[in-house]
Amino acid sequence: MKILVGVKRVVDYAVKIRVKPDRSGVFTEGVQHSMNPFDEIALEEAVKLKEKKLATEVVAFSLGGPKSAEVLRTALAKGADKAIHVQVSDDEAGKLESFHVAKTLQKIVEQEKFDAVFLGKQAIDDDSSQTAPILAGLLDWPQALYASKVEEGGSGHMKVTREIDGGLDTIKVKVPFVLSADLRLNEPRYATLPNIMKAKKKPLKNIPIKDLGVDITPQTETVEVTEPPVRKAGGFVEDVSALVAKLKEKGFVKA
Amino acid sequence: MLSRFSSSIVRQRIQKRQMSFELSSTQKEIQAAALQFSKDVLLPNASKYDKSGEFPWEIVRQAHSLGFMNPIIPEKYGGPGMGGLNSVLIVEALSYGCTGIQLAIVGPSLAVAPVYLAGTEEQKKKYLGMMASEATIASYAVTEPGAGSDVNGVKTKAVQKGDEYVINGSKAWITGGGHAKWFFVLARTDENPNTPAGKAFTAFLVDGDTPGITRGKKEENMGQKCSDTRTITFEDVRVPKENILGAPGAGFKVAMGAFDLTRPLVAAGAVGLSWRCLDESCKYALERNAFGTPIANHQAIQFMLADMTVNLELSRLYTYRAAAETDAGGVSSYSASIAKCFSADTANIAAANACQIFGGAGFNCDYPVEKLMRDAKIYQIYEGTSQIQRMVISRTLLQNFAQNGTSKMG
Repeated sequence: MKILVGVKRVVDYAVKIRVKPDRSGVFTEGVQHSMNPFDEIALEEAVKLKEKKLATEVVAFSLGGPKSAEVLRTALAKGADKAIHVQVSDDEAGKLESFHVAKTLQKIVEQEKFDAVFLGKQAIDDDSSQTAPILAGLLDWPQALYASKVEEGGSGHMKVTREIDGGLDTIKVKVPFVLSADLRLNEPRYATLPNIMKAKKKPLKNIPIKDLGVDITPQTETVEVTEPPVRKAGGFVEDVSALVAKLKEKGFVKA
Repeated sequence: MLSRFSSSIVRQRIQKRQMSFELSSTQKEIQAAALQFSKDVLLPNASKYDKSGEFPWEIVRQAHSLGFMNPIIPEKYGGPGMGGLNSVLIVEALSYGCTGIQLAIVGPSLAVAPVYLAGTEEQKKKYLGMMASEATIASYAVTEPGAGSDVNGVKTKAVQKGDEYVINGSKAWITGGGHAKWFFVLARTDENPNTPAGKAFTAFLVDGDTPGITRGKKEENMGQKCSDTRTITFEDVRVPKENILGAPGAGFKVAMGAFDLTRPLVAAGAVGLSWRCLDESCKYALERNAFGTPIANHQAIQFMLADMTVNLELSRLYTYRAAAETDAGGVSSYSASIAKCFSADTANIAAANACQIFGGAGFNCDYPVEKLMRDAKIYQIYEGTSQIQRMVISRTLLQNFAQNGTSKMG
């Protein structure tokens, strides 16, 4: 199996996000960035499959501005064999949507003939959670989303356990397929020093977006970005009937 | 046309001479990897190992598997093959989490350095190869109960008997002594007290299971408590002459030469500690309120933070410089002494300031900064006391001045 893993450069999870005064977005200049945590998990799963000899090659992919090369290099240090950087300008990168990423991934998959695409279930900056299902639709491939366990499924299939609201759902998907990684799928390894040095020699291919013929015109316009309203204090009620009375009083329940 | 051509060459030459204060992307990646490991593994376990004093084997093994132990061992012996600056970046990052655990991990580099510098190919293959293949501890045994700064006062004797040397004496404050698989030992091989130091000592590589070696009890120290420190006694310990490091009689130079490699690493440890002090202080100052506002808004605190910043940046810069000089192939004793001297003093002041900023909490063992103060002290003592560093600096300074009429070097 040749696996393509999508990795995105996002604002680091530990950073305190600040909204710009003009409400056009959040501050990203000079802010710590790193690989999207769910993408790290997706990458780790692909590398583990390669170590178990269920996969033959792991290729890391990123669609983004020039600095996305940093997360690709981290991916190479954590076990990817090659990396593909589809580059756009920083301005364009800020307006990319899941649909554009999925279309770009589709082009790469068609060009290089992958057997699986592993993505994080969502990016922690926009929380879209759309790229994996859109891609599966575009490729007409089966999808295994919110994966928490991946195993051999026999006769050209993989067995994937998924976390859903009701519990766990185990499915068999036919290869080729799209997978999105959830939190408990695995614990990503640290990049070792020798691997960081070896990563320097691994190929990192740069493809300008226009070479792929993908239209990245935004389909959505961001009208305003604001902080969530400050949490107001709640109140205590004595019992259930008092709670129902309060809910009716506040108009949340029809009186 | 010709004038344009020559001026562009001049511009290129000038550009080559400019210093870069920016780390390369590889260096940044290396430090980021070490820092993530330090914050995820060393930092949360620091208090536990400080209280128990237990040697942090699990973390040492994990550090080894990630390639952070003995960074200078060349690739041909199976090591990480990192230069001086890369090693310093790793040590600085590990020290941020805990200098005690860092010392457990990096301490063996003190024994590795002389082998790297003066070992024969067989010695390098054996000892460096051993250190690279598994998480192993080794110790540098020079200091004695009666001789620390005054290395010339070392009394441990090595007497030649046929193809062997017999070593008798005791060594004190040996880092990693309880767990070392082998020791780098400096012993006096010339009985004549008038023989100059440069000819009177020989360096030996002594296997830890040689009969006659007694490892004393684990010392209880003020700080860096989980690092193992012991007295090691040698009673008629027989060492084959193949285990002499460098030439017989030239041991002093080998022992001192190793310091040029290790001094920047020790300075880096102090820098990592100062960095941690500053981060903890900033975090606390932004949260703690007094007189109606976070204390970070009071000038008294701001000025302390500013002073900590100034000295941290300077000690970091000089430590990187000293390490870069070893990479460039030069002798860095002068820069290394300045770096170690300044970083050690900075770390102690930074830790004391951190405790001050934390107020009552700074004195309390449930908060992280009192440990930083206890850990900082040793930086002014080991690897050449701050007083010895000042002697090295002033001696070099005056020699240079006598010759060149200026304090400016090079």
